[in-house]
Amino acid sequence: MSEKFDVIVVGAGPAGTSCAYTAAKNGLKVLLIERGEFPGAKNVMGGILYRKQMEDIIPEFWKEAPLERPVVEQRFWFLDKESMVTTSYKGLEWGKEPFNNFTVLRAKFDKWFADKAVEQGALLINETVVTECIVEDGKVVGVRTDRPDGDVYADVVVLADGVNSLLAKKLGFHKEWKPNEVALTVMEVMKMPKGSINERFNVEENQGVSVEIFGDATKGALGTAFLYTNKDSINIGVGTTLSGMIKKKMKPHQLLEDLKTHPMIKPYIEGAESLEYLAHLIPEGGYDSIPKLVGDGVMVIGDAAQLVNAIHREGSNMAMASGKMAAETILKAKDLGEFSERNLDSYRTDLYDSFIGKDLKKYRDAAHTFEEHPQYFEQYVPLMNRAMNTMFTVDGTPKWDKQKKIMNSFTAGRGKLGVAKDLYRAWKAVK
Amino acid sequence: MAKTLEEKQYLVRFNCDTKSHLEVRDHDVCATKCPDKDCTIFCPADVYKWEGDRMFVGFEGCHECGSCRIGCPFDNIKWEYPKGGHGIVFRLA
Repeated sequence: MSEKFDVIVVGAGPAGTSCAYTAAKNGLKVLLIERGEFPGAKNVMGGILYRKQMEDIIPEFWKEAPLERPVVEQRFWFLDKESMVTTSYKGLEWGKEPFNNFTVLRAKFDKWFADKAVEQGALLINETVVTECIVEDGKVVGVRTDRPDGDVYADVVVLADGVNSLLAKKLGFHKEWKPNEVALTVMEVMKMPKGSINERFNVEENQGVSVEIFGDATKGALGTAFLYTNKDSINIGVGTTLSGMIKKKMKPHQLLEDLKTHPMIKPYIEGAESLEYLAHLIPEGGYDSIPKLVGDGVMVIGDAAQLVNAIHREGSNMAMASGKMAAETILKAKDLGEFSERNLDSYRTDLYDSFIGKDLKKYRDAAHTFEEHPQYFEQYVPLMNRAMNTMFTVDGTPKWDKQKKIMNSFTAGRGKLGVAKDLYRAWKAVK
Repeated sequence: MAKTLEEKQYLVRFNCDTKSHLEVRDHDVCATKCPDKDCTIFCPADVYKWEGDRMFVGFEGCHECGSCRIGCPFDNIKWEYPKGGHGIVFRLA
């Protein structure tokens, strides 16, 4: 493998494949390196793929991509021990072209997507680990792989090696992530007949539901659980910051089991058959955890660059958009004839100017606020549940008295000022 | 329905390498400095098991998530990817 490429992309997930596809389509000689048996073999997400950023790369991809269901309803459940407060939005416009987002199974989707990059001319090599970047005179000139004689050279190396981001770390672009910068998430794919899914989630064929679950699902720790409908299976999972998992001494698979047997969840998955168990980290450090993104001959994209909006569970879309932006920058640098940090820097500025930079900035304090002040998940979710119970249980108590009881229950723990502060702090963190 | 971790792990395909990609750098640190041994709790695949005097590392069942490397309070786990094509093979999500 001594030939030289224009671009080497490390990792065939949504970010890497988007970059490889865009670069190859525009005539660059691209090598896409994947460590798994096939693209997708190592890749995990809850399961939501966004239409917009995928469409920007392959128009009308939904006509041929292996998708599960277009999501027509997004539900939010605030869980207590034996109750929940819920809210949702259902819109049939999301079930029609151009759609909003889809549930997908990544092992199928990523494989298909990487094949599309190959169709555009990218060379895909599976079962190959990149162990380090080859650096000469401060410039990245290629990668070292675990294959015999495995050095490969290129004008630009794009690091799309996922959340662990070992290669960017080795280059000194970031330090090891801290336990509060990643979320440990486990999930199961469970087989369920189409008809049961449609009945239980109140949808028709080819309509999907996403459910985000807060509160008791994570025992009050900062995190969420989820339930996503595939064609004839469902994804059920739960995750918290690794720091939260450690602090509360929780076993992730036990958390998942508690979720599956929770009285509010159990009826939805009754009789389903477990097909696969998966664990993965999600980069949730947000804006302030974004590492150095560009160096001489090198760029970092996707999860490796911490591009995840945890509040809106967006990640795959940011991965794709960042991959495309990186490829476009490489094309411009090619015209300039040099792949210096300066010539590649427009990737960084484009990214920060886009919805990625702006959304991550908007929520830069959110995760830290909710982690440092656990009352939001630990106290307010149960309080919301009890308030609903008090208001709607008909027991002869006048409504004024009920209202007073609810107000008192909210201020009993933290005082009026405490509640006011909590409200202000939460608003400030997401405004 | 897979209830126990053993049942869950049984659902997953592993193409194990003969060599471990996980290594405890200094076993004394686990024995003498780390009373909590958090890795034995938070590892989603129970790869780490304390055997009374030594940390057992069952790398064969590793999901390659990276939590142990980041979560070890003593940075005592040398963590690499398994050789290309080896380790966990997800078939679905």
